[in-house]
Order: sequence, then C-alpha cells, then structure tokens
Amino acid sequence: MKIDFTHSQAAHCENGVTASLLRHYGVEQITEPLAFGIGSGLFFIYLPFMKVNGGPAISFRTMPGMIFKRTCKSLNIPILRKKFSSEEKAQLELDARLNAGEPAACQVGVYYLTYFPKEYRFHFNAHNLIVVGKEADNYIISDPIMETLVSMSSYELKRVRFAKGPLAPRGQLYYPRERRAVTDEQIKNAIVTGIKRNVRDMLYIPGNFAGISGIKYTAKKIKKWRDSLGLEKSRSYLAQLVRMQEEIGTGGGGFRFIYGAFLQQAYAYHPMDELMSISRQFTRAGDRWRDAAVQASGIYKGRLTTQEDYNNMGDMLLEIAELEKAAFKELAVAVKKMK
Amino acid sequence: MKKEDIPQDKGALGNEVSYVVDENGRYTTGISKGWDVKIEALDVAWSDIEKKVYAAKQKVLNDEASPVLYFMELKIMDLPIVAAYTGFWQWQIRRHLKPSVFNTLSEKKIQKYAELFEITPDELRQAKQILSNR
Repeated sequence: MKIDFTHSQAAHCENGVTASLLRHYGVEQITEPLAFGIGSGLFFIYLPFMKVNGGPAISFRTMPGMIFKRTCKSLNIPILRKKFSSEEKAQLELDARLNAGEPAACQVGVYYLTYFPKEYRFHFNAHNLIVVGKEADNYIISDPIMETLVSMSSYELKRVRFAKGPLAPRGQLYYPRERRAVTDEQIKNAIVTGIKRNVRDMLYIPGNFAGISGIKYTAKKIKKWRDSLGLEKSRSYLAQLVRMQEEIGTGGGGFRFIYGAFLQQAYAYHPMDELMSISRQFTRAGDRWRDAAVQASGIYKGRLTTQEDYNNMGDMLLEIAELEKAAFKELAVAVKKMK
Repeated sequence: MKKEDIPQDKGALGNEVSYVVDENGRYTTGISKGWDVKIEALDVAWSDIEKKVYAAKQKVLNDEASPVLYFMELKIMDLPIVAAYTGFWQWQIRRHLKPSVFNTLSEKKIQKYAELFEITPDELRQAKQILSNR
C-alpha cells in the first residue's frame, strides 16, 4: 500500500519533513524557507561543557523538533507526537496510520540508516523522514535529503527508530492530526511570530554562548585553540565546526541562505522593501560563513598553521557576528511595522 | 551564494539542494554535487576515527585493553552509547575494557557485545588473535 505523496528534496531534513508533510495535509502555501522562518530555525550555539564525537558541540540552527512544532502551532494545526517504550507498539501505530492512508514522520538515528552513504553515518539521532507506504515487509520512505523515494525493511526501520545514545528518538512518531487549509492571513501572522522569536533568540538570549554572543564566544575560543589544544586537535575541532555549519545541504552558509530565502518569500505576504534588503544581508552573512569555512579548511588541511591564521579565522567570525547583529536589529524594527 | 558559484566537487552524498540567488538577486534552489571544504572536513573526522581504532588495536595486542575497546572505536561508539545499547552501566563497561575482566565474562555478556558489534561471540573472544594475524 502506497500513499499518493509528493516527494521533494530539501536542503535540510526537518524543514523538508515539515514542508512536505504540511503540504500533504492541506497547507498549500508552505515551502521549505517558510517552514524554517516560521519555525524560527536560525540560531547559533556553542555548548561549552558538551562534546560531540570528542569535538565541540556547535549548532547553527534551533533545537531538533522545534521547527515542526512551532510552524504547526503558529498555523493552528493540531499535531500528534509520541514516543514509545515498546518497539512492537511503535510499529503497529505507524502501520495503522499508513493503513488509514496517511503518512507520518519519524525521528531516527543515522548510524544504521541503510540508504545513507557510510561517510555520513555517525551516531546522530535527530534525523527526520516521512514514511509514505508499506509493501510486504518494506516501508517506503520520503527522506528530504534524498533525491527520490527510498525503502527500508521493517527491521531496518525499527533499528533507526530505536537508535540509542544522545537525543535517542525512542520510536518517535509525529504528524498533523487532520487535513487543514490555512489562509494567507494566517501565514502572514505566523511570519511575524517567527521573525519576532528569531530576533529574540539571536539578539537577547541570556548567557554568552548562544545567539550573536555565541558566535563571538566561538571566535574568541578559536583564537586560543592553537595554544590550548595543539595543532592536531585544533584541526579536528575546526573540521567539526565546518561539519556542523554545513550539516547536510545548507550550501555551506550555516542555514543563512535559507533564512535569506525566507525573507524574500515573506515579502510576498508583507511587501516591505526592508525585507529584501535584510535578505541581502543574510546572503552576505552566509557568504562570509563560507569564506570562514574555506579559511578553516586551510587550517585542517595543514596549509595554514600560524597563530595569525587562527586569529584571522576568529576575526572572520567576529565580523559575521556584527553582520548578523545588524541584520537582526533591522529586522526587529521592520517586524514592528508589519500588520 | 550565486547560482553559478555552487560547488560541484564530487561528494559522497550525491546531489544536494542549495539555496542560492539568481542573476536578479532572487532566491532559488540549485543542485550541488558536493564541496571540497566539506568533504575534507569529513575526511578529517574519519582519519581521527582511524587513528583511534589503530590505537585501540595496539592496546588490545599489548594486553592493555580488551577487544571491547577495539570494537567500540570501530563502531564510533563511546561509553554512554555502548551503555545505552547493551544495558550495562558505564562502570561495568569500563571494567570490561580490562583484558583480565574480559576473559571472565559470561556467555550472556559476550553475546550482548557481539550483537552490538555485529560479530559472532567467537570473533569477539578471539579478536586479539584475529587482529595479530592482520
């Protein structure tokens, strides 16, 4: 049994799942950038006391699960999200949903994700995919990272749904409870809510390791890495920074390009010239993140080794922090004028 | 990033969607085959893993660690992950990393590790011999 579902490839898994699923459930206007912006997806955080694969824990986007949750809430779409202690129940409930002709999304770990190339299979547990059908023992999967539909046996799907470790999905299943169209007016309001929340997260979040101050904090850390960690470990740390920045498919811009696209699409609902010019500022920020990644790669390939190279890398991040700060400040002013 | 600047270096993942601006400054999507900067970052991560696996192998061969350490590194796991999958406490696993304790492990415990590491219990028990022949 296969549900009539339009698979579309996205730059990022959670945006992609949110957009494809909502479109299927009746929200015709939704796109990946709109889901990302309404869900206030843009972020930066450096968790100083946490390690990921022995390296720094850095994220360029909001916490896993928030984009779907916030977007649905803003658009007044009731959702179901459920974790399971029993693997059998987790499968039965998914099957029941599919038998009713409705797709459902799962949070999964990528380590055992059979269709992923081996190079990408780390113990990362916050990947998202949509199950759109079942034929014999095989589930048909719409994974936004993949170009086409893929499939997994029931054993393979169970394994990724019950991956263990940090952010263990515990069989997590989620979907909109009902088909519901939304009005342009609702999208308009959701855009305002999304922007306001993103301004707050980037400019005013307390502490010094998240938002704009998190970028500055990271910049200062990088300048010290060479002395405090030594050359080899600093290389690994910088490679990790770039891997987090790129995640999968952000075009190297740490999600900044997707946010730029969001602001342009927001213009269709709030025709204010400011949105277009602020969008250009985010494009600029994304480009500078790419330049910083190139500088980092010079270091981790061993071509750049002096303290001066690390200082340059840190200064690039400080410059980006200023760019993003200015962009969000303008956005804070613009959002107040939105009706 | 402009559409014509999308990197097309050959990556492991194949075609990826990127958001880029066209000649009129409008956002659109384009396909990237991969980006060297990112591919190399991933290479660094894998070469770090290989080094850890190699170090673990030497420790096993020198009787400084049990085969559990070697397979844990091979599967990119750490104590919390192994504990989550096997149900053992982290302090138990830390003990199992000692060859003297490993050699006295029950069939049941060996079975659990073998399952997690996707090998047979015999392959786990005889890992030292197998590794020394490689």
